[in-house]
Amino acid sequence: MSAGKRSNEPIVWILFGMGGFLVAFFLPVHVLFYGLLFPAGMVHAPSYQQTLALVRHPLARVYLFALLTFCFFHAAHRMRSTMLDVLNLRHLNTVIAFLCYGGALVGTVFTVWLLMTV
Amino acid sequence: MPQYTQYQPKEHRPKMSAYWYLDNWHYLRYALRESSSFFVAYFCVLTLVQLAALGTNATRYARFEAFMAHPAMIIVNAIALAFFLLHAITWFNLVPRVMMRQILARPTPDIISSAPNYLVWFGATIILALFITGVL
Amino acid sequence: MSDTIILEVARFNPEDGGEPSYQSFEVPLRPDWMVLDGLNHIKDQLDGSLAFRWSCRMGICGSCGMMVNGVPTLTCETLLMNYAPGPVRVAPLDHFPVVKDLVVDLDDFLAKLQKVRPWVVRKDDFKPAREFMQSPAQLEAFHQFSLCINCTLCYAACPVSGLDPDFIGPAAIALAHRYNLDSRDQGIEDRLDIVSQHEGIWDCTVVGECSVVCPKHVDPSLAIQQFKLTATKEWFKSFLLPRGKH
Repeated sequence: MSAGKRSNEPIVWILFGMGGFLVAFFLPVHVLFYGLLFPAGMVHAPSYQQTLALVRHPLARVYLFALLTFCFFHAAHRMRSTMLDVLNLRHLNTVIAFLCYGGALVGTVFTVWLLMTV
Repeated sequence: MPQYTQYQPKEHRPKMSAYWYLDNWHYLRYALRESSSFFVAYFCVLTLVQLAALGTNATRYARFEAFMAHPAMIIVNAIALAFFLLHAITWFNLVPRVMMRQILARPTPDIISSAPNYLVWFGATIILALFITGVL
Repeated sequence: MSDTIILEVARFNPEDGGEPSYQSFEVPLRPDWMVLDGLNHIKDQLDGSLAFRWSCRMGICGSCGMMVNGVPTLTCETLLMNYAPGPVRVAPLDHFPVVKDLVVDLDDFLAKLQKVRPWVVRKDDFKPAREFMQSPAQLEAFHQFSLCINCTLCYAACPVSGLDPDFIGPAAIALAHRYNLDSRDQGIEDRLDIVSQHEGIWDCTVVGECSVVCPKHVDPSLAIQQFKLTATKEWFKSFLLPRGKH
């Protein structure tokens, strides 16, 4: 390898890094309540109206937008490297990158749309 | 690279196992840590589904809640939680160390770089739990 | 306790045209013997055709790295006793082409090492009249990364260097980082051109095993992640100020 083009990886890496912090700080408590304690009936779930009011608060919308967007890109970047390294699919690098980051982009669009219409 | 001649016969190039991550515990832990990403993607999509149900009407949201109460969903979400915790712990032990070293330009004890993250994690969990359960 | 131990040593002779195999040798198990002493016993007393590299016997030359029971190890500073009652399996370092028995081909590694310019690069014609002064803080910034002895254990531990032969690899990047952090150096742009390509830092997915096996506690994994931060900063700088000289 000679002195060549520097990689554009920093753009996805910084999104991965921000998402990594958000996943670590916030996702465990989300899945703990919405995925386990509420459905299992161990904690009383707030009503539909309460949940709707919570999500409609402007700060909650901003929070959910940041959380979901960065987490989508975090997952996309890591799923890509998992498929390249753990599953050794290096020959499919371009397709995998397109699907992962493309998927994150689609996720972001849905996030914006749902948060605006909820 | 030298062209091989009869005096420089071919070298042996061992092939890497397709299951190299089973070779030792560190590799396996790495593979598990990276696999957390699939659960992150799953849970983000699940949250979008929840938002869509919330935005539609109360009946749709009740159906979503019934779906979440299915035992299979609870098991999947318990596994997701385990993966998120693995991610959080490995992340807090690694990333702040890199950032701290970059800022201070000298070696720092891991406890100084990691500890604040665990405090923020704890605080954020409490505050979010209060909002999610409707106490606040 | 038995006073001997079995060493299962990888054998490969290119002139036979054969495949690699393991050969067992019984060597004395002495409390002060390292794995390397066992290999030297084989070479001196049992089979003079066994090929392996070694030199200093004190963990500084970095030439006796081998896989011992599957772990990249400096054989001159690892007690044979640790593996009692045995058997101990000794193989050439993973992810390198094998020349003969336990000897690996380091040409590719040395070429990569040279590419990252691991020496002090000056862009001006600075001619110091006396020693270049460095404060203890300036020394501390890079000291840890300067302890590398090029033993290549980190390459053998790194699955990415096995999966992608073009990956520049832990030691070379750690040494590039060591010179970037040196207050005398001005070569960071040259190194970024090499190391911030995909086959440089961005190939690394932080398995972290390089830092675990490093006998000198260089922590190449930390160096690579820091390098990523630097490269990211530079990337955004050139993105926001495309024509700026930076």
